[in-house]
Amino acid sequence: MTSTETIIEIKNLSTEFGNTQVHKDINLSIKRGEVIAIVGGSGCGKTTLLREMLGLTQPTSGSIKIFDQDILLASPEILLKIQRRFGVLFQENALFSSLNLLENVAFPLHEHTRLDKNMIQELALLKILMAGLPSSAAVKYPAMLSGGMQKRAGLARAIVLDPELIFLDEPTAGLDPNTASGLDELVLNLQATMGLTIVIITHDLDTLWTVTDRVAFIGEGVILDVAPLAELVKNPHPLIKEFFSGSRGRTAEASHSKGKDKHGN
Amino acid sequence: MTSPTLISYNPSEKQVNCSGDWQLSQLPQIFSLLEKITWPQHGEITIDGQAISSMDSAGAYLLNQWIQKLKKSGINPKLQHFSEQQTKLLGFIKQELTKEHQIPSITEKPFLYSVGEQTYAQLNEFRAYLSFIGHLSIESLRLIYQRGQIRWNELAAIIYRNGYQALPIIALLSLMIGVVITYQMGVQLRNYGANVYIVDFLGLSVLREFGPLITAIMVAGRTGSAFTAQLGLMKINQEIDALDTMGVTPADILILPRILGLFIALPLLTMWADFFGVLGGMVMANSMLHLTWYDFLHRFSQVIPLKALLIGMGKAPVFALIIASVGCFQGMKVEGSAASVGQNTTRSVVLAIFFIIVVDAIFSVIFSELKL
Repeated sequence: MTSTETIIEIKNLSTEFGNTQVHKDINLSIKRGEVIAIVGGSGCGKTTLLREMLGLTQPTSGSIKIFDQDILLASPEILLKIQRRFGVLFQENALFSSLNLLENVAFPLHEHTRLDKNMIQELALLKILMAGLPSSAAVKYPAMLSGGMQKRAGLARAIVLDPELIFLDEPTAGLDPNTASGLDELVLNLQATMGLTIVIITHDLDTLWTVTDRVAFIGEGVILDVAPLAELVKNPHPLIKEFFSGSRGRTAEASHSKGKDKHGN
Repeated sequence: MTSPTLISYNPSEKQVNCSGDWQLSQLPQIFSLLEKITWPQHGEITIDGQAISSMDSAGAYLLNQWIQKLKKSGINPKLQHFSEQQTKLLGFIKQELTKEHQIPSITEKPFLYSVGEQTYAQLNEFRAYLSFIGHLSIESLRLIYQRGQIRWNELAAIIYRNGYQALPIIALLSLMIGVVITYQMGVQLRNYGANVYIVDFLGLSVLREFGPLITAIMVAGRTGSAFTAQLGLMKINQEIDALDTMGVTPADILILPRILGLFIALPLLTMWADFFGVLGGMVMANSMLHLTWYDFLHRFSQVIPLKALLIGMGKAPVFALIIASVGCFQGMKVEGSAASVGQNTTRSVVLAIFFIIVVDAIFSVIFSELKL
């Protein structure tokens, strides 16, 4: 499903906070329809890179093109238009605590479309169902939902405007393995049916093995390697080796090399 | 983009041709076009998706809804030439929509029911407040008995933040209150040539009432709200639970230092407010009523008894207890979400000010009964 069209293009990106240099020279291009994960050790600037792609943080220099528009140079109106074409699932879900689930999911529809109330409700409910939540959850408030359900609710809100691109920040962090693999399946399913491009920031090795097409590894301020995971783990770079050679890394690899990976081979 | 040919119906071939972008942004147009079509009474029709350039889940949803609708009215629609991706999407949505998808309705409660519920909730809250106070008292006795020492660092921090840092604003506020009282009274007194009596008015009203009351209200807004918000956020972050599991009760490290700190700081702030209130009045008396500094101070010491200052300052610790206990109680009651912090902070300030004024009225009655 991956096409040759580039959807995100990051060039020579560098970021400094005061005296600390987070990114030296990041270059990455993401194709339409692929599921790409960004990984790296703690504090290597994954979340900063994500915030920069979302237009929330300004890098020091370089360029980020999303849908062929440089978001660092774009006017606020253009930036808004671009932001409307992608969905984000934040690490802490960022559900609005004063709105119930249905209102949370319907919020972007109210803001950005001129549909009538009934239609908005129906569409929001459809997205809640697509995210694998029961309809009885629709009138609950975020505080009343479990962690896994909150993630699904966040995902429902991220896809409600039918974006072409979604960003997931640590989608499986803090979930039990069962819920986490349920969420992985959901992401794959949505990707297949809606033709989404997905950028995932994660530490979860199981997610990496099941969901991703390619993985970009950040370390030392640059992208050390971008490759399908099976190739990436063979990279001799010490940082990459260290990341995947822990006992968890080996277990995840072993369980997925038994023909359980994404493409079923 | 807004071409009217998103959908067209050919009656002779019984074929619906869909084309263009079946997307969220086009949904209203597609919807109105679908409404306009005169469908046959029964039989089969084909829906052709060859010319659809893109379809997202909103478009698929609408198409699915219409297919269901047509089926109900006895028409059997057939899909043809939809791409693999679109068929998948349609299938997925159809499958999702066959699930139970009624939004549970929220029934509105009858008026009497909600009045009763509110009353019950208020009474319950009052009971919870009393038990909070009781719990705190026992806890403080236990701490004194067991450890016999106070957490000086926490106490000092509370006094610094809520006493010392409040000095400028309290000074400014009381200065202005003094000026306003003198101005309003002065205009009346001047008519009778009784300029010098401004000292009696000003001294008694500032020392007995305005000083303590204005300070308490200001502190309720400044400190009571801060207590609620701090404790509330700590509660949401589970910091309070963490403390509890480490064998340090929140009462020990958070609540008692706050109550004790304000208990010490508020009388001092009241004294400070008294000083600036009188100072403001003195300046105004000098400029408007031409009362010299010497005359003012001389008369002040003659007509204002020490009792006035002590009564005013005696109320301050009571106000401090109200502000700190209500603030902490509301903070500990926060549950779940950011909205709850906001609600409880509001409640904390409103209740604290309410009780301050009620208690002040009770004090006035008691003092007049005692002829003080």
